[in-house]
Amino acid sequence: MDIFLQQVANGLTLGSIYALVALGYTLVYGILGMINFAHGEVVMVGALTALAATKFLLSAAFPAPVVFVLAFIFAAVVCMLLGVLIERIAYRPLRNAPRLAPLITAIGVSIILQQLAMMLWGRSYHAVPPLLPETTHQLLGAQITTVQIVIVGVAALTMASLLILVNRTRLGRAMRATAENPGVAALMGVDANRIIALTFLIGSALAALAGVLVSANYGIAHYNMGFMLGLKAFTAAVLGGIGNLAGAVVGGLLLGVIEALGAGYIGDLTGGVLGSQYQDVFAFFVLIGVLVLRPAGLLGEKVAERA
Amino acid sequence: MTVLLEARNIGKRFGGVQALKDVSLTIRRGEIYGLIGPNGAGKTTFFNVLTGLYPRDAGTVILAGAPLALGEPHRVTQAGIARTFQNIRLFANMSARENVMVGRHARSKVGVGGAVLRSRTQREEEAAIRRRADELLAYVGLLERADALAKNLAYGDQRRLEIARALATEPQLLALDEPAAGMNATETAALRGLIEGLRRDGLTVLLIEHDVKLVMGLCDRVAVLDYGEKIAEDVPAAVRQDARVIEAYLGGSLE
Amino acid sequence: MNGAWMAQRWQRNPRFGLVLIALALVALPFVVGAGLGNTWLRVLDFALLYAMLALGLNIVVGFAGLLDLGYIAFYAVGAYIYALLASPHFGLHWPVWAILPLGALVACGFGVVLGAPTLRLRGDYLAIVTLGFGEIVRIFMNNLNAPVNITNGPKGIAGIDPIQIGGHALTQPLEFFGVTVPGLALTYYLFLGLTLLVMLAGLRLQDSRIGRAWVAIREDEVAAKACGINTRNVKLLAFAMGASFGGVAGGLFASFQEFVSPESFSLMESVMVLCMVVLGGMGHIPGVILGALTLTVLPEAFRHGAGPVQQALFGQVLVDPENLRMLLFGLALVAVMLYRPSGLWPEPRHRLELGAK
Repeated sequence: MDIFLQQVANGLTLGSIYALVALGYTLVYGILGMINFAHGEVVMVGALTALAATKFLLSAAFPAPVVFVLAFIFAAVVCMLLGVLIERIAYRPLRNAPRLAPLITAIGVSIILQQLAMMLWGRSYHAVPPLLPETTHQLLGAQITTVQIVIVGVAALTMASLLILVNRTRLGRAMRATAENPGVAALMGVDANRIIALTFLIGSALAALAGVLVSANYGIAHYNMGFMLGLKAFTAAVLGGIGNLAGAVVGGLLLGVIEALGAGYIGDLTGGVLGSQYQDVFAFFVLIGVLVLRPAGLLGEKVAERA
Repeated sequence: MTVLLEARNIGKRFGGVQALKDVSLTIRRGEIYGLIGPNGAGKTTFFNVLTGLYPRDAGTVILAGAPLALGEPHRVTQAGIARTFQNIRLFANMSARENVMVGRHARSKVGVGGAVLRSRTQREEEAAIRRRADELLAYVGLLERADALAKNLAYGDQRRLEIARALATEPQLLALDEPAAGMNATETAALRGLIEGLRRDGLTVLLIEHDVKLVMGLCDRVAVLDYGEKIAEDVPAAVRQDARVIEAYLGGSLE
Repeated sequence: MNGAWMAQRWQRNPRFGLVLIALALVALPFVVGAGLGNTWLRVLDFALLYAMLALGLNIVVGFAGLLDLGYIAFYAVGAYIYALLASPHFGLHWPVWAILPLGALVACGFGVVLGAPTLRLRGDYLAIVTLGFGEIVRIFMNNLNAPVNITNGPKGIAGIDPIQIGGHALTQPLEFFGVTVPGLALTYYLFLGLTLLVMLAGLRLQDSRIGRAWVAIREDEVAAKACGINTRNVKLLAFAMGASFGGVAGGLFASFQEFVSPESFSLMESVMVLCMVVLGGMGHIPGVILGALTLTVLPEAFRHGAGPVQQALFGQVLVDPENLRMLLFGLALVAVMLYRPSGLWPEPRHRLELGAK
């Protein structure tokens, strides 16, 4: 078995999930110019509500693929409502407030979501019943599971549709116009509030999908899973150039691969001093590195300060 | 009159747009130099390049004989160019006096240690900063409003406070970006008096203005920008007659 | 003594008020110790520790307007430096007055390394990077027990030396003119003294050239640059100073607890200190202290009260009090930002405007 290819395959799986979450950050950032700190927690809510739906549907003896799809739909609806609610309560009233204000409410919302999740689902890790066939396939010496193929496939399809939506449709044009200049867009008849709410809807649906996929990948879900994932996805968005959709995808995949390779080789590289328990550290160093060397990200444009 | 500032072949692009092309101008010590031009001619861009807010793509600036390292606004200020902003940028939640005191930053030096220990040097410097701030507030006629928060001042007062803050940095050149914008006739007249006073006191002023009448009446010399290029530079009477200037302002009045 | 008489005296002579406050502060540990017991005396000591932390973070968030979400990491650095240099773990027993400055210095160093690349960027990036940094520090503390055991991993380091002043350990009671002062009260006096020092430093900084530059940057960074302020350096200064205060408080924490483990330095701790600053009144020193005291004492009361109250109301404990406490923190953050963005006790700016001195 080829370790390098294996790690790349694992990295791409993880990276697809990062990319889905990163898209949520980048969409909101593009339109509102703010970091939606609570986004990671929406992913967590997606995973846990999907799990609840899965358990219920399985007990009603639905076939596994149907359960998978229905559970996702349920989670998506919950997350979309949640996303819009968060925007409405915690961000909209502060749109013209100093920068710090929405960041602080976002942290508040994250804590509330985590604590509510802890009350509802407890502190323990929940096993996610496998809904997809647990078969493995050989590809160029790497072992790839059906779950991994589904993750990469679903993520790729979703991201392609999103890019088409934003670049080719009327709605997408309104979104881009609002991102460019909300005032002018409003004059052209675009309802900025509606567009912003829609952006949160889309981002939250992506978060729900990411939540379902990530819990399928690891087979577990818990109240605290959103925090690190959110942080890494944000790193991915910065890596690709925040505000840039293609950048979020590239950044997500790249970060996934860097992390997987890093975790796979860190022991050899450091002579066994550091082990794979430092996996979570890579994203952070990537983040610092990008901010030092190329703050606008790989695909981002440099923005001049406005006088 | 000696030359204070010489800008040579300044160029600036934004993506595909050439916002400034080969702009050269010379400002003499003690004069009021006007920079006018139609909307979008590149006046504010020139201003932002000169004061280091935007990096320039080409050209050099020489201030009092020494080349100016552009790109870092605080260094430009330290070198002796102070500015105001078209859309007034005061420290809204600080008092008028504090705003001017911040202007003294580059001309004072006591750091954290001195501040925490309240050293003798610190107390003396602080008193000097405060004294100078009050002098400048009196100069622009705002002393009685010294304790008011900047955001609570009337529009015209905010403009004057911004000038006082700029003066606090001890500039050789004071650059005013559309100081009369949004002012009524009375306020404009007061502003005009203030700028004339500055000239009397030996300061050099660079004035960007939309109000052509104000510029023509106030300035010793005027340069005109159009589509990022300088099309004229002369005394107001001559600029007014210039065929290219009249064409640039086609339909607009120069009186 | 009646209230009207006191108020009158106070107005005639403000110093009289200060003397009263000082007396109250000196007597407080005895009143608390006698009335509520040692548990609450400990809470009081912790409240002062948090006040120091919050005052440090206030320089960063309140004055300079930089959102630092990993502030607790600097506290952790200070605590671990103390733990490593004054415990049986390495068999080192350095004196406290050598370790605290070292802890401040190391924390400051971390602050500079972290701040230098991020502070020239937009504020949100700093928030995320500091958030990540806080987690990274915890990951390292959790894992640096192999192959060389530096931090002793998740088990933490125990048996840390208590603070000694003039050969007297603060865990032991001290006979003082016939009055026995318990160790917890001695700690209280030390922490109180340090808190007052930090407060004084904060007040003096606020009213200085550097303090004005911080506020100017918070208000309008472009205009601050135009005033000749090297914004990058001045922001870095705020960040480094906040980090050093955190480092000192961390050292005190380690010696007070006599035990450190990574668990004490979670993101939630950072958030709690931030809450103290935001809730109290960003940039307003008395407000921040009020915030710190409130958020240390209230949750403690809550912890003791929430269980029994639920028991009484529902016949069982439905929600873990700890859980409920964090939930209330979250709600408080959102509510304060929405309805009272300048905090519970904001700077009384209107007095300035009325022209009163």
